[in-house]
Amino acid sequence: MTGHRVDLAGLGLDRGGHLLLRRALAPLPRGARLSVYGYDPALRVHLPAWCRTEGHRLEPAEPTSARGPVAIVVRGEGRDGQWAGASRAGSSRRGEVEKAPPARWGLAARGARLEEGGPEPYFDLDDRDLVWSKVAPRLYAHAAARQWDPGTAVDWDEPFELPPDVEAAVVQVMTYLVENEQAALVVPARFLGRIHPHFREVVQLLAVQVADEARHLEVFTRRALLRGETLGSSSVGGRASLFTVLEESDFALSSFLLSVLGEGSFVNLLDFLVTHAPDPVTRRIAWLAMQDERRHVLFGVSHLAEQSAVDPRLRDRLRAAIERRSDALRDTAGLNADVFDALLLLSAGSWRPEAIEAGYAHVQRLRHAMDEGRRRRLERLGFPADEAAELSALHTQNFM
Amino acid sequence: MTTESLLLGAVAYDPKVVTIWTGFRDWLREHGLPFDYVLYSNYERQVEDLVAGRIQVAWNSPLAWVRARRLAAAAGRTVRAVLMRDTDRDLTSVVVVRADSGIGQVSGLDGRVVGTGAVDSPQGTLIPLAQLAGLGVKVNVRRFDVGVGLHGDHIGGERDAVRALLAGEVDAAAMLDGSHLTFTREGLLPSGSTRVLAQTEPYDHCNMSAVDLAPSALVDRFEALLRGMSYDDAAVRPPLDLEGLTRWVSGRTDGYRALEAAVELFGFYGPAGEPAMPDYSP
Repeated sequence: MTGHRVDLAGLGLDRGGHLLLRRALAPLPRGARLSVYGYDPALRVHLPAWCRTEGHRLEPAEPTSARGPVAIVVRGEGRDGQWAGASRAGSSRRGEVEKAPPARWGLAARGARLEEGGPEPYFDLDDRDLVWSKVAPRLYAHAAARQWDPGTAVDWDEPFELPPDVEAAVVQVMTYLVENEQAALVVPARFLGRIHPHFREVVQLLAVQVADEARHLEVFTRRALLRGETLGSSSVGGRASLFTVLEESDFALSSFLLSVLGEGSFVNLLDFLVTHAPDPVTRRIAWLAMQDERRHVLFGVSHLAEQSAVDPRLRDRLRAAIERRSDALRDTAGLNADVFDALLLLSAGSWRPEAIEAGYAHVQRLRHAMDEGRRRRLERLGFPADEAAELSALHTQNFM
Repeated sequence: MTTESLLLGAVAYDPKVVTIWTGFRDWLREHGLPFDYVLYSNYERQVEDLVAGRIQVAWNSPLAWVRARRLAAAAGRTVRAVLMRDTDRDLTSVVVVRADSGIGQVSGLDGRVVGTGAVDSPQGTLIPLAQLAGLGVKVNVRRFDVGVGLHGDHIGGERDAVRALLAGEVDAAAMLDGSHLTFTREGLLPSGSTRVLAQTEPYDHCNMSAVDLAPSALVDRFEALLRGMSYDDAAVRPPLDLEGLTRWVSGRTDGYRALEAAVELFGFYGPAGEPAMPDYSP
């Protein structure tokens, strides 16, 4: 006897006793003998069964006294081999990611110790240069901290009175926003399952982005139906424009069309509503949505800027994506005329000619601000100013 | 199948058997052994095909081994136990009663009802009942015939016997030691709810049987490869885990004495291996 012993007292193997056995056996060399003491009535039945499945051998104890060991476990190789060849799935340090995480890392936590073998799920977006952005961890933390509850973040009962035509204009704009947010929800959701889980913060950020859009859908719908039961119109041109974003299966190009150009323009539109919407509820929900959309734009711009610094040819592809989309939309009517008129009327606030004129000027300024914003972001991605202006002009008339 | 490949038979007691043997097949082929397998719905047909040489090796239950040996002897052939799992050695069966039962010792089971596994389960029926008979205890048996033909590989019969015990429908239940541990861990048997009244001597379970008609070079190569399977090898670890072993060890046949005696006692098979149990129809 080498003197190794473990005392289970009254604890049975059916109630966690195996933990004590494992702990006692772990440091022992193969062939070492462990005397097992205990007085659980089923121990004599369970101990041999447990040893068999764990790859250890059991020897009867010498019947010295009633207080002697129940049996001797002779340590086998057991399941030690499970961790032969195990390695870490990258680093667990915050934000430290690999250039090309292997498929076999699969769903394991970044930095986890991986048993060799197992499935090799194919995540096609597995290149750091294509999906990662240094700001992703910080943006995710920010996004998680800024989640708001549509039920309490908006005072839905705040009193206001609008002329019926102006209310109808608000409803039309809300209808248009909902349609756009549907696209903004579906696009990142489609990429979520394609990104290698190693890039966790990007996945988290996109997941929150999807949740953001889910809330936007809710508040815009709720505002549309706050005073009535009928929604506004949805044009073929609007839906066609949004569909071209959904069709883009390349992550970089999709991010470019949706976030840099579309949501970027959308931020201007929401800002316009914060300033010019005729009622406090609309102004509030536009403000809330705008905070979220700014994050979406920031991520899109950041990761594409980093990518374009590594791969200068990216800009050619981005340019081609805008041109392709512009060609595809050449024969569509662009922005729903109802939406344009509604924006004009809601910012005018009445049918008085001078108010309409002022509203028209506001909408023109909005278009100008959108164009300016797009050009600024394109320049951040490395496009020269003249090319940025040219490309911005090709952006869909439907804003998103 | 080509004539040069080794064909193994296994019984599909669970859908995982496909995963297990496909995994082993891939590994064996990668290591240069021409190998394939066929699945049977019960052990009787598998054993008949083994002795007839339609398959060369069979992954046999202990009861299938007992029959294979008899069939082969009657046909002037021989079968041998090539290998077994490390987990096939030294199993025991137990007979348990409810903890609050008034039955204090095995003799107290006389005239009582014992719930068992399926008719053809060595561990859940044949061996523990033979033990009781050997102790001179005459019991009434209530069998739970789940998965008849699978020789007890399906644990459902033992589980139903335990349920009947807890419901007070039987006075005692027989099962494998490992099943008792499983049922208590699952919570089916509340810890401390049963008392072990009898435990058998250790016996052995499955083995890889080869018939003498099999090309010996292929069987030798098969045996060597199986012995070489290491739990360290990630490629073969999943089927090893599914099949419930960490390594293959030499086959031995002295662990089947208790089952041979039980087969004799209950007349499960005749001397030439013919099924003789009246209500046994897999």
